[in-house]
Amino acid sequence: MLVPNEVKLEKPATPFNVQQVIKKLVDENQLIVFMKGNSMFPQCGFSAQVVEIFKRMGVEYKTFDALQDEVIRAEIKHFANWPTLPQVYYKQKFIGGCDIVTELYQNGELDKMLAA
Amino acid sequence: MATHSEVKAKIEAALPGALVEVEDLTGKMDHFSVKVGSAAFEGKTLVEQHQMIYQALGMGTREEIHALAIQTYKP
Repeated sequence: MLVPNEVKLEKPATPFNVQQVIKKLVDENQLIVFMKGNSMFPQCGFSAQVVEIFKRMGVEYKTFDALQDEVIRAEIKHFANWPTLPQVYYKQKFIGGCDIVTELYQNGELDKMLAA
Repeated sequence: MATHSEVKAKIEAALPGALVEVEDLTGKMDHFSVKVGSAAFEGKTLVEQHQMIYQALGMGTREEIHALAIQTYKP
């Protein structure tokens, strides 16, 4: 099924190419959320909350379902030295997980950040 | 599994003088909410501040604590 905003890989990542695969996802998608599930069917409340914020803001975003790729799910923790999902990247920079994105949304800084 | 007081003690040990409030959200010792105030957060980004909490709790790749909500502030 085609889910709006979802990025899928043609082939699952391998332990040999996983770092490049993650980097490519981050490089090619200006605003991307690595999450559990997708925007239609989030599999975790924290992932759902981040997607909800982007929907409300009306910004263009992409999602990657880390539950669909065990290798990426394991490696993403090392990629930004961040142990949990969701993880949000904007213009190749890790901006935070659910708590930080929520905080930045509530204090208005996310608007400024994404407008830059 | 980690108890409420273990979570608090680990954060206090890593960030001496920090003001730490811990809430066990489910009563099952796997979902916690922490609120931490520390002068050590001065000059650090939010990402760095939260990483300091994760490191204090030894949350590398283990998923002992399934979910942790973090709020940090500078007292």
